[in-house]
Amino acid sequence: MPGTLARAPGLPPLTDDFSQPYWDAARQGTLLIQRCRTCRRYQFYPRAHCAHCFADDPEWTPASGRGRIHTWTVIRRTPNAEFAADCPYVLAIIELDEGPRMTARIVGESDGIACDRRVRAVFARAGETAVLPDFCLDRG
Amino acid sequence: MPADWSGAVAIVGAYESPRRRAPGVHPFAIQAECAKGALEDAGLGMQDVDGLATAASFPAEGAREMAVAEIAEYLGIHPRWADGTDIGGAAPVSHAGHAVAAIAAGLAEVVLVTYAACGYSWPHGAPDYLTYAHGPGQWELPYGPSTVATYALAARRHMHDYGTTAEDLAAIAVQCRANASANPHARYTAPVTVDDVLDSPLIADPLHRLDCCVVTDSGGAFVLTSARHAREMGTRPVYVLGFGEALGQVSMSQMWPFTATAAAASGARAYQTAGMRPDEIDCAQLYDSFTITVLLALEDLGFCAKGEGGKFASAGELAPGGRLPINTDGGGLSSNHPGRRGALAVVEAVRQLRGTSPGVRLDSPRTALVHGMGGSLSTSATLILGV
Repeated sequence: MPGTLARAPGLPPLTDDFSQPYWDAARQGTLLIQRCRTCRRYQFYPRAHCAHCFADDPEWTPASGRGRIHTWTVIRRTPNAEFAADCPYVLAIIELDEGPRMTARIVGESDGIACDRRVRAVFARAGETAVLPDFCLDRG
Repeated sequence: MPADWSGAVAIVGAYESPRRRAPGVHPFAIQAECAKGALEDAGLGMQDVDGLATAASFPAEGAREMAVAEIAEYLGIHPRWADGTDIGGAAPVSHAGHAVAAIAAGLAEVVLVTYAACGYSWPHGAPDYLTYAHGPGQWELPYGPSTVATYALAARRHMHDYGTTAEDLAAIAVQCRANASANPHARYTAPVTVDDVLDSPLIADPLHRLDCCVVTDSGGAFVLTSARHAREMGTRPVYVLGFGEALGQVSMSQMWPFTATAAAASGARAYQTAGMRPDEIDCAQLYDSFTITVLLALEDLGFCAKGEGGKFASAGELAPGGRLPINTDGGGLSSNHPGRRGALAVVEAVRQLRGTSPGVRLDSPRTALVHGMGGSLSTSATLILGV
C-alpha cells in the first residue's frame, strides 16, 4: 500500500466489473486513465465507450500523475454527514498533463495553492478498503 | 423572426406560498396550497386542469420517480398530459416551456405547474449529492463534494480568469436583500452591505454564507393556457414569447469551460424563438442559488460580455434603476428558496409584469426574462415573457 495518507471512509466508490481495474491500480499507486484505440484521445472519467468519437472499448493507460489545478475550494462546512469530520478540506478539479480533468482533493501542505499551480498524484486510503488518487502541490 | 408559437400561450395565474418555515407539514400539502392559489388567481378550478407538471424527487420534496403521478393523485385529478422533467432547480422553467409546446400542439388546454419543498424542516435527512457513488459518481462522490462547493469551484476559476472579486459577488447578494426589504414575506429583510457579506463565514471558498440562498419550506405554482382562452378570461395574460433549455454536465470534472454554462445555449434559443435581443428585456428573474449563479447568467445570457459580470453587478446595473433589474422580490438569496427556485422565479416575473410584485415594483415593465439553473451549474432553462 503506497502512501501514508488516510481519512475516514466517507462514501466509498461502489465499483463494478468495468471500473475494477482503475481501483485495483490505485491500490498499487498508479493512476489509470483511458485512451481511445480509434481517435487516440484521452478521457476521464472512464467509460465503456469513447465520449469523443463514440468508438467502443477505450484502453486503460497509466497517467503521468502530473497536472495543474484548474480550480479549487476549501470546504469548511458540509450538509453531508459522511464528510463532516473531514472539514476543512480542499476539493479541486485537476487538469492532467494528458488533457482530461478529474475531481480530487489536494492533500498535504496547501500554502501557495492557486489555479494553474502544478500538482502530482498521491494515494490516500479512505477507510479500510478504498484507495483514492489525490494530489499534492508539486514543489519539485 | 419569432417562432410560430411565440405568444400563442399565456400564464393566467400565479401563486407563491407565504410560508418560509413549515415544521411538521408534508410538502404535498404545500403543493396543494399552491395549486389552489394559482387556479384561484386564474379564476379556474381544479376540474379545468388537463395537464400537470411538477418535479418532486429531492428528499425534502417528498416523492421519488413517480412524482408527477403522485401529485396528480394527491390533488385528486387525472390529467391527460404530464411532464415530470427533473433537471434540478431549472425544472419548473422547463415545465413552462414544455407546457407551451403541449398547448400549442393541442395536447392540453390548461396546464398547472406546481412546486413545493420543505428544504428547511424536512425531518428525514437530505444529503445534497446529485448522483450515487456508483457509475460516474464513483469518480466524484468519494471526494466529498457539496452543492455550494461545486459553485465555489466555478467562482474561483472566474476570479482567476477575469479578475472577478468577492466584492463583485457580494454586490449581487446586497441587491437581492435590498429588494427583499419591501417584501413582507421575504425570509430576510434587514439590509446588508458588501462588508456584511465578506464578514459572514466562508462555507466553501470563495463563497460566504451570504453568497448562498436561504433555505425555506415553501412552494409556488402557475397556470398556462392558450392565448385565445386567456383573452376570454378576466385576468391579464402574461404571454410566453420565447423559451430555450440546455443540458451541461453533472460531474464537475466534465464542466468545460469552467466559466460558462448551458445558459448560453438556452438563452440563445429563448431570444431566437422570441425574436428579441437582450437589450429588449426590461427585467429578469435570474436563478440565484448562489451569487456566482447570477454572475454567470448575466454573461451567458448576453446582458454583458464574458468576464464583465462582476463589473456589471458592482456598477449597480442590477438595481431597480439599472440596466437590468433582477430578482425584485428578493430572490432566492433573500426571500425564498425551498429547493427549486425556478417556480418562484416564474411567479415573480408574472407578478412584476402585472404590477403586483410583493417586493420592488418597476415602472410598467413590458418584458421579463426568467432563468432557471439546476444542479451544479448543470442544466438551464430560459423563458421570455411579455405583456
